[in-house]
Amino acid sequence: MGELKHYTFNFGPQHPAAHGVLRLVVEVEGETVISIDPHIGLLHRATEKLMESKPYNHSIGYMDRLDYVSILPNEHAYVMAIEKLLKIKVPKRAQYIRVMFDEISRILNHLLVLGSTSLDMGALTPWFYTFREREQLMDCYEAVSGARMHANYYRPGGVLRDLPNTMPQYESYAWRSPAETASLNANRQGSLLDYIESFTEQFPERCDEYETLLTENRIWKQRSVGISAIDAQRAIALGFTGPMLRSTGYARDLRVDEPYAVYDELSFNIALGKTGDCYDRYLVRMAEMRESNRIIKQCINWLRKHPGQVIADAPKVVPPSRLSGKENMEEMIHQFKLFTEGYCLPEGEVYTCVEQPKGEFGVYLVSDGANKPYRVKIRAAGYPHLSALEALCKGHMISDVVVILASMDIVFGEIDR
Amino acid sequence: MKELQLQMDAFRKSNTPVVKNGFMIVKYNQLVDWSRGNSVWPLSFGLACCGVELMHFIASRYDFDRFGFALRASPRQADVMIVAGTLCNKMAPALRACYDMMAEPKYVVSMGSCANGGGYYHYAYSVVRGCDRIVPVDLYIPGCPPNAEALMYGMIQLQNKIQGCEYMQVKIPSGYGDD
Repeated sequence: MGELKHYTFNFGPQHPAAHGVLRLVVEVEGETVISIDPHIGLLHRATEKLMESKPYNHSIGYMDRLDYVSILPNEHAYVMAIEKLLKIKVPKRAQYIRVMFDEISRILNHLLVLGSTSLDMGALTPWFYTFREREQLMDCYEAVSGARMHANYYRPGGVLRDLPNTMPQYESYAWRSPAETASLNANRQGSLLDYIESFTEQFPERCDEYETLLTENRIWKQRSVGISAIDAQRAIALGFTGPMLRSTGYARDLRVDEPYAVYDELSFNIALGKTGDCYDRYLVRMAEMRESNRIIKQCINWLRKHPGQVIADAPKVVPPSRLSGKENMEEMIHQFKLFTEGYCLPEGEVYTCVEQPKGEFGVYLVSDGANKPYRVKIRAAGYPHLSALEALCKGHMISDVVVILASMDIVFGEIDR
Repeated sequence: MKELQLQMDAFRKSNTPVVKNGFMIVKYNQLVDWSRGNSVWPLSFGLACCGVELMHFIASRYDFDRFGFALRASPRQADVMIVAGTLCNKMAPALRACYDMMAEPKYVVSMGSCANGGGYYHYAYSVVRGCDRIVPVDLYIPGCPPNAEALMYGMIQLQNKIQGCEYMQVKIPSGYGDD
């Protein structure tokens, strides 16, 4: 019998559990992982470089496509950077709308993580449950911006437009009776706020449904309890943020520590774990969804009582209204100049960050006074998490790698940029 | 027997499947195309953002199983590759390898503007300007990302193509484009 040696195998880039395009070179002894080498860059789209060649307002869309699972918080960091350099004051209503949509995105993101983690472990059912809710939330995106995913809704100075008063309706056809259509449209009769409110009312029950399926599930616990446990000190040293850090019991949340928008006016709790293993990450995300639901409710209440402007009075940055652009020559020229040339930012550099569902998402922007950024650096939350893959996986089984990868919640749009 | 003869004559005249007396008379090719078109198995291969819409097409609301699609994890078992997202230079050899591994007959659907021609990332130094530079594409679906309904529509067109429709069936809903 020959000498036993370590065995090296390849994982990805086309692998259903790779969550996009990730290639891992895994070295194993038997079934135990000795080392893991993640190869990234398979989705490197040169976002930062492209942003250097475009006026500021053309790059908001790139933010959507960075972390394409939590779309609007990315935009939030970018527009905050521009606002900070231009010193624009954002109307309060716009701030509340932003916070509401940030939290909707957080639920969207955590639902996808929950669904795909369970899918990777072999449980298909929760995935269908979570996507049912995701569809409802994507309808909110669609109602407000016209796009199901890449909303492009936040603008420097506020948001594109106010919340709509009507919701799109289902229509009857040969396979859907009028009675069925009416029941589907039941919560779509009022405004978008009514629709979101009806969602927030039923969502805690939905969370209970997921928990019934997973929290005490024996297979789920066997696959996740004690897997890739990490303590807070080590997690901080590795640069963890977001649920990955909070699952270790360390309370760090930018919404509380460095409040932006109107988070200081809202009441919510930070979800904390204890051991930092995959199971705690799941529990933290579940609790965060419930907290997000609470924040959304508070935002709805505030928004109902306070109608008003949703974009600042900053004519150099904010386009004129559609009507005045059609009636007034000067306004039309201004509109044209704004969307082709953009606007210049004062010289300087700025870093803004938001608590994105995955952790700290930051935009570091350097301006040399032109209408294009001199340099943009994007701090992706998932990047340090993925770099720590070897630290987390060492000593675990091959099948645990998939679970750890899923629980890290990585998206290659932002890691490869 | 005489009934069957009549049925055969009817088939010869119309050249479309004739079902009568519990028998169906159809050309072998038509039968194969019909079954192929109704069991299209896509490769689960999400490159970027479009992959999320692809997942929504699979999941609860749009439920792609009802069209006979079933996701396969291995290219060797798949019939169609949906290129869902931006194809980068580094990824291109892997995509081609997956395509080469698929068994004939195979189809490629290019989903979204990045896969169609680079889209928003057309001028990036690291992006392939359209996946048709790497693999032959059967169907292009526009959008950034195309919503799940657009993908569903595209995949039904692919089924029509497989089933030997001489043209893409485009049915314009009444009232469309009136304003």
